[in-house]
Amino acid sequence: MSRFETVIGIEVHVELSTNTKMFCGCSNRFGAPPNTNTCPVCLGLPGSLPVVNEQAVRDAMKIGIALNCEVARSCLFHRKNYFYPDMPKDFQISQYDEPICFGGYLDVEGGRVGITRAHMEEDTGKSTHIGEGGRIHDATHSLIDYNRAGVPLIEIVSEPDITGPAHARAYATELRNVLRSLSVSDVKMEEGSMRCDANISLREPGGEFGTKVEIKNMNSLRSLQKALEYEEARQAELLESGKSVTQETRHWNEADGETHSMRSKEEAFDYRYFPEPDLVPQAPPLSLIEEIRSSMPELPASRRARLAEDWALTDQQIFTLTSVDGLLDLVSDAVERGTDPVTATNWATGDVLAKLKTDGVDADQSGLNGHKLADLCELVANGTLSTKLAKQVLITVMETGKGPGEVVEEEGLAQVSDESELAAIAEKIVNDNPGEAERYRAGEEKLLGFFVGQAMKATRGKGNPQALNELFRSKLSE
Amino acid sequence: MSASTAAAIARSIREGQTTATEVVEAHLAEIERTDGDVRAFLEVLGGTALEQAKAVDAGEVTGPLAGVPIAIKDVLCMEGIATTCGSKILEGWRPPYTATAVRRLVEAGAIPIGKTNMDEFAMGSSTENSAFGPTLNPWSTGHVPGGSSGGSAAAVAAGHAPVSLGSDTGGSIRQPASLCGVVGMKPTYGRVSRYGLVAFASSLDQIGPFSHTVEDAAIVYAAMAGHDPMDSTSLPESVGDPVGAIGRGIEGIRFGVVTELAGDAIEPEVAAAFASAIEGLGAGEVSLPSFDHALSAYYLIAPAEASSNLARFDGVRYGLRIDAADTTAMMRRTREAGFGPEVKRRIMLGTYALSAGYYDAYYGQAQRVRTLVANDFGRAFEDFDILLSPTSPTTAFEIGERTADPLAMYLSDLCTIPANLAGIPAISIPAGVDSRGLPIGLQLMAPALEEERLFAAAAELETRIGFDAKPALTGGAE
Amino acid sequence: MAITPDDVRHVAKLARLDFDEAEVARFAKDLGDILEHASKIAELDLADVEPTAHPIKLENVWRPDELRPSLTPEQALANAPAAEEQKFRVPRILEVEEVGE
Repeated sequence: MSRFETVIGIEVHVELSTNTKMFCGCSNRFGAPPNTNTCPVCLGLPGSLPVVNEQAVRDAMKIGIALNCEVARSCLFHRKNYFYPDMPKDFQISQYDEPICFGGYLDVEGGRVGITRAHMEEDTGKSTHIGEGGRIHDATHSLIDYNRAGVPLIEIVSEPDITGPAHARAYATELRNVLRSLSVSDVKMEEGSMRCDANISLREPGGEFGTKVEIKNMNSLRSLQKALEYEEARQAELLESGKSVTQETRHWNEADGETHSMRSKEEAFDYRYFPEPDLVPQAPPLSLIEEIRSSMPELPASRRARLAEDWALTDQQIFTLTSVDGLLDLVSDAVERGTDPVTATNWATGDVLAKLKTDGVDADQSGLNGHKLADLCELVANGTLSTKLAKQVLITVMETGKGPGEVVEEEGLAQVSDESELAAIAEKIVNDNPGEAERYRAGEEKLLGFFVGQAMKATRGKGNPQALNELFRSKLSE
Repeated sequence: MSASTAAAIARSIREGQTTATEVVEAHLAEIERTDGDVRAFLEVLGGTALEQAKAVDAGEVTGPLAGVPIAIKDVLCMEGIATTCGSKILEGWRPPYTATAVRRLVEAGAIPIGKTNMDEFAMGSSTENSAFGPTLNPWSTGHVPGGSSGGSAAAVAAGHAPVSLGSDTGGSIRQPASLCGVVGMKPTYGRVSRYGLVAFASSLDQIGPFSHTVEDAAIVYAAMAGHDPMDSTSLPESVGDPVGAIGRGIEGIRFGVVTELAGDAIEPEVAAAFASAIEGLGAGEVSLPSFDHALSAYYLIAPAEASSNLARFDGVRYGLRIDAADTTAMMRRTREAGFGPEVKRRIMLGTYALSAGYYDAYYGQAQRVRTLVANDFGRAFEDFDILLSPTSPTTAFEIGERTADPLAMYLSDLCTIPANLAGIPAISIPAGVDSRGLPIGLQLMAPALEEERLFAAAAELETRIGFDAKPALTGGAE
Repeated sequence: MAITPDDVRHVAKLARLDFDEAEVARFAKDLGDILEHASKIAELDLADVEPTAHPIKLENVWRPDELRPSLTPEQALANAPAAEEQKFRVPRILEVEEVGE
């Protein structure tokens, strides 16, 4: 731990999942063949003009309200002027000193983070760099697809309230949860529909802000944290050794786990912002703001409070349930079918999640649903399956989509609970192991596990462990 | 042919006295005979014009302008037809879409007969800034036709088309109309959709007609005006009945002369013709002091917006590309080779006016002057219904006379700029000729949305003035 | 208003123009002359005057979130100076480059 205080601010760009782009009627669909979702407007053809997508304005306000922001009674679009080949007009329509939402906050683990602003803008096209390695600096040329150009973006800027890499990750995670609950974006970092850039600096505790470095190119929440940890250590080392930090932009390289300096060819950016003359001011009427406010879905924080109260879950369970796509739906569906919430949650956050991670799929892509989870829990509750067998059944269900009952039947996995059958097995094991039986009777009670284990082996895991416990206990005390 | 008006042509086609094909053929012949003297056209659309004429003659196309040839300034997009804006950087560009104004005129039966020459990207007052050579004034081919819509003004004056379209950012319709002895009208900002008009200065640009008569200007205006969802700055208000306003007379209309636009800058012969033209109107005088700063404000606002609008001409998606080893160098070489000196001058001026540290002093201050100009108009229109001034301080100047002195050239727009800054409608009508036989124009300005009043007053003055001089073109050049 | 050759070079870079020395000198003079004229308004006291970005008073011009036809990729690329794999081709992009430590 260094003696410095870490100061982090995060800028998040979120692509809205509207039907159409920000300023034209082209489809806002990810993954279409190159340059098929383009028109004179989003190609920036001479003479074309932008017209604002009403849904994007509504989504922007929705996000602002969810982040406890004030919604501006009047705001403007500005032009941000700079040349870049993937930007068709060589300016970006964005918001400058009059954003649509400002002055909010988000409560996350590790402390409240202020939200400076949330504003509307348009995305750029996408360049592919051709040549050895596919990296920008050793490319021979680049190819540009403008499908993404003009996709609606919301940029959410935090105050420099974030105190460390873990806090940063908690903020980005909670922000993603909030955005997901609003159904305004896919928020997939790996597909670029949520992108995080971070500013980080170190300072003497309570002292002046240090020189900040912007880091980019983190495509998962984990890499956001790792990049900040790397950068925090790098800056601390510089400062400890009496060197200074250079103000610059650095790229996170996932492969080598380091940040690298990006030298800008332009010595200074001068964006020459001015009000976009092709658009008129945005002044959402109070009635519209109220309409949106009154139709807000339940936000993750309040949902968590409800889960803690109604289902008596732990904070960690709630956190996991609400952070992983589809997990809460799974449990809710199971609970609706009569499963005990804690039991269903234990499954969901334990074996189900582990299997999802192993397979690298989302909950809705696996063979499991709430109905099947409820059935599985019931099979355990009524003694048909041991927990151990149930775990085995779960894997098959998730892989094949079959019902748990079907799996049990096909694989003959129902546990043996028949008293007489188990009694015969127990009898034989006690007789085969006189020494252990003697020691148990002399008070070495932990040997009960040994006998149950032998019985499980004999039944190939299908013996009901509770029943066997009972049997051995009574048999050995005879 | 040159004596015929659009109204008369449409009537005689409707009544079967002639056919659209005969009309188009006659105009094509006239272009063939004398456009070598004037060079109004960059491209003559003989083939498509004759096809459209056939459709009119077959009764497939009807409308108030059925069969009327119209010349289109080459700043307006027409699908599949080269649109150059008078610039090398757009040479060969064929837009995949048609401007709303042109589409509406074609739907009303008008037949685009050619694309007309202009100052590059509408930047200029003489049409000498065209990359394809200057247009010459039909009244005296040693003189400029004015600009930037010099080709469209000259085409009507020369009888190549009864009506034409121009665009007016600081006087680019009215000033060449004045210098070529024709009617030229700039509507209220937002009346005619700018969709498909290659932007010069977005908050100032308006499309408008050239014609021989005020009535024809009203007919063309009426056919293209009205709300367009593709232009966010398009006004929703009803266009009313501008053609019906012709003949309403001037009873009760209070005329005012703007003293700032009638002072020393006005050539004596122009001042005399102006005084004689407004005799008997009982015009009062009004001083609008902010107009002294209008020219300066305009020459900051227009270049600032232009510097951003013209950024997209970068060699990536369309038009000229001068190749280089990297994209930044390619862009710089392309723009260096593709833009002419006046366009570069304005891009430089606008970039400078928006750049860090200068925005407030230049662009911001110019926008405040703009407010003053609008306020001054507002005050004047409390006491007067129509404001009057000469359209241009001088008659046509000689080719090459002002090209070396940008400031002298900019003064050509002294009287026309205030209407653009305030967004109000204005019209120039011929008011006489000077001692060299060069036309003199009279400008009428009305409050925003009062086109009906403007046309009614202009038509009455037109009758009173009784301008009937005509240029005499011998033909035979080139 | 004096505009230096360095001012001209800086602005030319921002505007992606590429002047030779003769042009630099000419634009320094031209811009200086024009800004001299324009600087009259820079001196006005207009602190109490609201700026006008637009001559008309419209607001909230929105379109419904409904699909409209796009161009075909052939149309989109028809005017491209260079294209490859249905994309616009440009020379290598040197705007930013990664540098070693």
